[in-house]
Amino acid sequence: MAAEQMLPFEKPISDLREKIATLKTLAESNGMDFSEEIARLEEKCKQMEEELYNELSPAQKMHIARLHQRPTSLDFIHAVFTDFMELHGDRLFADDLAIVGGLAKLNGLPVTVIGHQRGKDTKDNIARFFGSPHPEGFRKALRLMQQANKFNRPIITLIDTKGAYPGNTAEERGQSEAIARNLREMAGFGVPIICIVIGEGGSGGALALGVGNRVLMLENAIYSAISPNGAASILWKDATKADIAAEAMKITAKDLLEFEVIEDIIEEPQGGAHKDLAFTAERLKEKLWKHLAELLPMTSEQLIEDRYNKFRKIGEFRMAEAASKEIPEEVAEEPGAEASEMTESAKV
Amino acid sequence: MQIKDLFSKKKYATIPSERPKRDIPEGLMNKCSKCGTIQYSKELDKNLKVCSSCGHHYRLSAWERIGMTLDDGRLYEYDAEMESVDPLEFPGYKGKLEQQRQKNPNLRDAVVTGEGAINGLPVVVAVMSFDFFSGSMGSVVGEKITRAIEAAHEKKLPMLIFSTSGGARMQESILSLMQMAKTSAALSKFQGAGGLFISVFTDPTMGGVSASFASLGDYNLAEPGALVGFAGRIVIEQTIRQKLPDNFQTAEFNMQHGQLDLVVHRKDMKTTIGKLLDMHTVREGLSHGG
Ligand SMILES: [Zn+2]
Repeated sequence: MAAEQMLPFEKPISDLREKIATLKTLAESNGMDFSEEIARLEEKCKQMEEELYNELSPAQKMHIARLHQRPTSLDFIHAVFTDFMELHGDRLFADDLAIVGGLAKLNGLPVTVIGHQRGKDTKDNIARFFGSPHPEGFRKALRLMQQANKFNRPIITLIDTKGAYPGNTAEERGQSEAIARNLREMAGFGVPIICIVIGEGGSGGALALGVGNRVLMLENAIYSAISPNGAASILWKDATKADIAAEAMKITAKDLLEFEVIEDIIEEPQGGAHKDLAFTAERLKEKLWKHLAELLPMTSEQLIEDRYNKFRKIGEFRMAEAASKEIPEEVAEEPGAEASEMTESAKV
Repeated sequence: MQIKDLFSKKKYATIPSERPKRDIPEGLMNKCSKCGTIQYSKELDKNLKVCSSCGHHYRLSAWERIGMTLDDGRLYEYDAEMESVDPLEFPGYKGKLEQQRQKNPNLRDAVVTGEGAINGLPVVVAVMSFDFFSGSMGSVVGEKITRAIEAAHEKKLPMLIFSTSGGARMQESILSLMQMAKTSAALSKFQGAGGLFISVFTDPTMGGVSASFASLGDYNLAEPGALVGFAGRIVIEQTIRQKLPDNFQTAEFNMQHGQLDLVVHRKDMKTTIGKLLDMHTVREGLSHGG
């Protein structure tokens, strides 16, 4: 507990907890009876926790999602699956440790599981590029997914990255192409794909593992096109305004469920997944199995179509009033029957 | 029957040949942003907006590009009336959209899509415009490109995209990100069914557009000097704490690193695309196997 990172908005609660601890020590050393006061404060503390954690703001969730001690992909892989066998390398350039993946069993069923992997300490983080993959990481993921597709294994991905690694070597080796290829190939696999955002889902680097039949999110996870810090520095030339950007950007699981970008939310214990990994892993496993059970009876064609339709319908727009449109003379003179027909077919 | 014959029967609305001219800023002279040479706008136009002194390719609006690329500059436009809404109720987005539409009276968003022909060969095209909201991809760009790919699929026509984009439309956050998956999934179907996709990177093509459909061409071309990449130079320099070379992320740099098929001068672009299309035209009596 001592090493646990505390967030600024948790300070009133931790102050109160400290006060209770002091009272308890006092009572012990002086033999005085503070039990009534302690009970009262503990009740108050519980109430404060409920109020805070049930009404977390998007920015507060963002801070929880980014906690160093938040469970990583490997933590969940070991807690949810059995018989995990990690597999390495993209067969082209290197083994990017920012992505882990391999074979495992889920309730006895062989699956391929892949995730972004942050480091556990500074040294580990440097080796894993803080969970930000190079092209070789995305290509390793693709190789493992192609393998899963060949052997008809469901694919489970765990998303937890600030984004693809922004470095010159990553660009030189085709960062854009690596991400783009994953998006296209994932769309075409004839096996069930379930993607779970467990921490931070940042930009294309997250989406490169995110084209699934079902996309789920942990309760405090976030998912966005650009990090709130990046948005703040573009909008207000001030990255420290990330909290304000987080509110505007609709990054929480609840928001994304409303936009039908995700299908389900996985409950976390009060305060966040790091408070109780076993509890979170159990909830994750339940939801994962529930959704997988719905997908397993589907044919390859059905799975591909289902995934296509999921992404096909995302996006909001409108058709402007025809009257306000500037119609070039030539069109007005000769609209052409075929032309209007084509317009219709293009709008399906 | 040849595709060419089929095509010539279609009626096309002549649209854009007059349009590009409206996009050209007032004034008779232009100063090259690369070498500083001052040129008459008329001369520059005649030179396809390429600096006669240093070869710098000026950025083009979608309609200028269409005028230069399609036969007679004719496009049968799809979804011309589609426009952006503000699904996230993002602070300032509505006003910014209005401002962009006023600045670009010929555009409703950052992409124009439709059908046309190149050297008589029919093609579905999507042409992006950096002038509109830095070519950023929101729901409208994603939807119009997806519809264009689906139309190409349905009509068994080749797909041609000229990309230019600063990346995601931040104001549509997650919906913007998902357009990357949507357009790429459409390409998965189209290319999986044998469809031909020619992608042309123009200056600049970055972020979410570069990391989705733009990189997925069966042939990936670029204009000289076009900036193409995922992360921006400033972010990368901050990460690696080094200065990057001047040519970093240029088309030439990308080709050197194996990321492009070809860098094509603007004056040769139409011919090159025409050749590619021709190479994929099945001729009666010449196809092997059967
Ligand atoms: Zn010049």
